[in-house]
Amino acid sequence: MTAAILDTAALGTAEGRAALIAAVAAVVIAAADELTALDQAIGDGDHGANMKRGFAAVAEAAPTLAEKPWPDLLKGVGTTLVMKVGGASGPLYGTLFMELGKHLGTAPDRAALTEAFGRAIEAVKARGKAEPGQKTMLDVLIPAHAALAAGADAATVKAEAFAAADRTVPMLATRGRASFLGERSIGHMDPGSRSSSLIIAALADALSAG
Amino acid sequence: MRVANVGIVIVSHSPKVAEGAADMVRQMVGDSVPLAHTGGDPDGGLGTDLARILEAIEAAWSEAGVVVLVDLGGAETNSEMAIEMLDEDRRGRVVVCNAPVVEGAVIAATEASGGSSLELVKRTAEELYA
Repeated sequence: MTAAILDTAALGTAEGRAALIAAVAAVVIAAADELTALDQAIGDGDHGANMKRGFAAVAEAAPTLAEKPWPDLLKGVGTTLVMKVGGASGPLYGTLFMELGKHLGTAPDRAALTEAFGRAIEAVKARGKAEPGQKTMLDVLIPAHAALAAGADAATVKAEAFAAADRTVPMLATRGRASFLGERSIGHMDPGSRSSSLIIAALADALSAG
Repeated sequence: MRVANVGIVIVSHSPKVAEGAADMVRQMVGDSVPLAHTGGDPDGGLGTDLARILEAIEAAWSEAGVVVLVDLGGAETNSEMAIEMLDEDRRGRVVVCNAPVVEGAVIAATEASGGSSLELVKRTAEELYA
């Protein structure tokens, strides 16, 4: 299977872009309870509610955002998350999308997406003062980016994102609220890794559906 | 003309902690230091709200600069993001202070009330950790 990423003609239309935004938002909103449960285990338990609030606002803005070219659309998604999420994941996901917008051209292809995603990850690292291996969203974003850069199809990128989230279970958290628990953070999936994997999976599904 | 004192912003996940810390600052320094506080997420739950952090920085604005005291992760990340969203001429004069939010706010405000520079106010509060 060679389901290409970003080859779907639908993304050339505002309707297609609005559907993509709505699909990603719906996945995050539907996972709110699961994200909350993960965060209650090793954090402050607000990740589900925060992400739901942020992506509900994104979904509401989807028709307007979808009229804009990719850089402005992504900047709008990022700004909305920054203003609405209300936790550290707001600036972190906000930075991810805003930086994607900054580096992705108006007619992105796979190479442009790979390059922009890599730069956006660097910005998330700086924003969170984090590195891979600390049981954070970076532990999903970086492997997913590596799969994309290696030429994987959408289904493989999605599978790698889920597998990477699973690999955070045995990790010791050294960044974020879970780090306060020390060794008790071991044995639980990082909530930010889970939400990152869900977003990547939703994007992969949407981008390979056409 | 008298040089303005450095302003203090308190950002906590809890509106009550933010308000209580601000009360303690006022008790120590009265109205000699510009002071603002904010806490709670956009729905009023525990968390922080970037828009209200921006409003607090505006409310405590001083030409001498503003020190922002934060409690945990999201308060720091949201405050850093807020600072980056300020106009260029203000951005360099607002700093997040790496100190315990209550003690740091009181010490920073006391230092600020004597007319100390932004850098000295920040350093004095951060020495709580040293």
